[in-house]
Amino acid sequence: MAEPVLQISNLVKSFGALRATDDVTIDLHPGEIHALIGPNGAGKSTLIHQICGTHAPNSGTIRFMGEDITHLGVAARARKGLGRTFQISSIAPEFSALRNVMLAVQARQGSSFRFFRPVRSDASLTGPAMTALERVGLAGRASLPVAELSHGERRQLEIAIALALGSRAFLLDEPMAGMGPEGSRALTSFLADLKQEAPILLVEHDMDAVFALADRISVLVYGKIIATGTVEEIRRDPAVRTAYLGDHD
Amino acid sequence: MTAALAIEQLLNGLQLGVMLFLMAAGLTLIFGVMGLINLAHGSLYMVGAFACAAVASLTGSFWLGLIASLAAAAAAGAIIEVLVIRRLYSRDHLDQVLATFALILIFSEGTRWVFGSFPLYLNIPSILQGAVSLPGGVQYPAYRLAVIAAGGLIALGLAALITRTRLGIRIRAGENDREMIGALGVDIRTLYTVVFALGAALAGLAGALVGALQSVQVGMGEPVLILAFVVIVIGGIGSIKGAFLAALLVGVVDTMGRFLLPHLLATVLPPSEAGTIGGSASSMLIYIMMAFILAFRPRGLFAA
Amino acid sequence: MISREWTVNAALALALLAAAIAAEAAGQVFYITLATRIAILGLAATGLNLALGLGGLVSFGHAVFFGIGGYAAGILGSHAFSGDPMIFGLEGSNSMPLIWLVAALAAAVAGVVIGVISIRTSGVYFIMITLAFAQMLYYFAISWPAYGGEDGLSIFVRNAFPGMNTMKPLSFFLISFGALMAGIAILAVLRGSRFGSALDVVRQNEVRAAAVGINPFPVKLTAFVLSAMITAVAGALYADLNRFVSPSMMSWHMSGELIVLIILGGTGRLFGPMAGAALFVLIEHNLGELTERWQFFLGLILLVTVLFARGGVLGFLAGKVRHG
Repeated sequence: MAEPVLQISNLVKSFGALRATDDVTIDLHPGEIHALIGPNGAGKSTLIHQICGTHAPNSGTIRFMGEDITHLGVAARARKGLGRTFQISSIAPEFSALRNVMLAVQARQGSSFRFFRPVRSDASLTGPAMTALERVGLAGRASLPVAELSHGERRQLEIAIALALGSRAFLLDEPMAGMGPEGSRALTSFLADLKQEAPILLVEHDMDAVFALADRISVLVYGKIIATGTVEEIRRDPAVRTAYLGDHD
Repeated sequence: MTAALAIEQLLNGLQLGVMLFLMAAGLTLIFGVMGLINLAHGSLYMVGAFACAAVASLTGSFWLGLIASLAAAAAAGAIIEVLVIRRLYSRDHLDQVLATFALILIFSEGTRWVFGSFPLYLNIPSILQGAVSLPGGVQYPAYRLAVIAAGGLIALGLAALITRTRLGIRIRAGENDREMIGALGVDIRTLYTVVFALGAALAGLAGALVGALQSVQVGMGEPVLILAFVVIVIGGIGSIKGAFLAALLVGVVDTMGRFLLPHLLATVLPPSEAGTIGGSASSMLIYIMMAFILAFRPRGLFAA
Repeated sequence: MISREWTVNAALALALLAAAIAAEAAGQVFYITLATRIAILGLAATGLNLALGLGGLVSFGHAVFFGIGGYAAGILGSHAFSGDPMIFGLEGSNSMPLIWLVAALAAAVAGVVIGVISIRTSGVYFIMITLAFAQMLYYFAISWPAYGGEDGLSIFVRNAFPGMNTMKPLSFFLISFGALMAGIAILAVLRGSRFGSALDVVRQNEVRAAAVGINPFPVKLTAFVLSAMITAVAGALYADLNRFVSPSMMSWHMSGELIVLIILGGTGRLFGPMAGAALFVLIEHNLGELTERWQFFLGLILLVTVLFARGGVLGFLAGKVRHG
């Protein structure tokens, strides 16, 4: 197998006596969707926070594209191509969909300190932004303010932003949350395409989606990874059944 | 420069510190519980001082004046809470700053309207006139000692109120979780009014106590307000303990700076220049101290 | 198509210009001075608007930059007048463009120092820290006897501008008005640029900005410093208008007033500060004639604006703010 795109090794994060992340090792290979599941309070958010850089781990390393990024900030990681979408939809709410994506293009070009040329007529921003919107099927809604987009459309917009950033890996935090069945189906098939673009680390509660999409699954319980494997292996794993899946069946 | 003089200045610093605490306690409590930045807190200080001066000159009793200062400031606080402040809890800080800035204009000009532009004077009650001999040959004004003691007692009382009483539990609940407090069945609107009035009363009392040391005039609350902001920023916004320690720190550093800096500068400058430069440069001292503390702890010493 | 907001903007600017020219024609020098005051205060608030309106940085200490500009004009001008050299043997100058440059550079230095410490914080901490820094420099100005200390510094002859007689009220108005229009134009260009987009998204959602790879800190710091520079140029003009500069230009009341101008005019508008300055100066003048308690009523007007009319003057005249 090729080198992992994202390699997290022996990550530890404690809050006082609580070990929210307990020696976690997990990796993400090119072309795969690796799902991270676990009961509420298992430490999924804490782990994602460390991967995207909002929390610093106590120990362990995070390597991305062969480079140690453990001590980089959020913005620096994003510029390296680690794209994240949010659990709580949090796009620039006053901007149109297009301007949100243009901003990602601008960030990718590393050029926020240009003071004169108007962005609206700058084809090097609007062009790639429209392309990204077309790919997620939002081109027709480009000029609408984000406030007028539906919940599902905002998810699509977030993915367009990640595309425009030229992400080399995606961290998707509950992309199905708050979506109707139709939206979920559309997003599922989109994600299946998206992983060809860049691998996806997927945190998701919707087990149907996880089992349909994931190439591998890791199960996080009380901060520890108790199992990693294919969908079948995880379905059959007795420890997982008692710790987690038992609650759902 | 003698040891006695230094001790006297240190006591002056403590006295300024406890007064700053009375201001800062209300500010930090109001911010901690309601998330509100209240610029008009200095106006409540002024209201307390004017109420005390007016009642004391009518009745001849400083003590009745003190009670009046508490009552007037609490009432003024409750009124503006109900009429104005209540509408600001859900607004951003910018709106809070502007609306309470507007309240300052209204209070200051309104007070000038009622009392005129000339300062009022408050006499120190006869029982506290004169000086007390302290160990080390220090003669210190009895009234200032009483102010330090009163401030210390109020700090203790406030600590007991917060940790021991039902009101305190509700206040702490409000600081931690506004939804929980609703779930506890507490009437939040009333609680907020009470907390605001309590903070106002403390500010009013501070104004009255200081009013007997200085003159009572419009605008007297503003320098104190800004010092109190420095105090709560250093202490960590929302922390009563932080406010207390930072108030003493600011009071002592400010007073000792004014006392020591001219002496220090006099070693390198002619005396008259050392006096003027040292005096005002020491006004900068606490701001420099604040900048240093924030450079290392951006959320203050005891951030909640 | 020209939007309603731009029609209103153009009308406001032309009205100010026309008022000054009409006052000149009628020989009413006092009204030219009022119009000049509007232009200069409008420029100061336009500077603040870059930090506060576009960047969401509620600086409660911008008077300090206003004062720095004022002292640049006062100090350079008084040395040019007396012929005494300044520190390091530098010559004074009475040339406005040079004074503005010095004012802007001095404010930039102060802005970097204040900004680096205060932008690390946010929310109410930022408000209070900018206030505290302004107080610090305010006390410094008071304690600096070489340039008048608490009494301030008089400028005996208004500084000069190439090709114009600045002592003629209308000429000085035109210079100030030109500076205001230039300031607004700078804001308009910045707002539409990549930098403006980055600043806007940082204001709306700092976490999101970082997530797409825009580091908020340098963006906010740049906005803060540019904002300080514009306000300082206004300060230099203000000192020349009054031919006097004193620490009160740096007082926290002044900082509060600059914010008030933006809010009265309407937040997030290019011409908001100018509209606010016009309203403020007119309230001050007209209420001031009716009652010496005009500040009481100013307080009431401001309170009502904040509580019930968040759009300010332009919100009333030009409708809601539109974002693209």
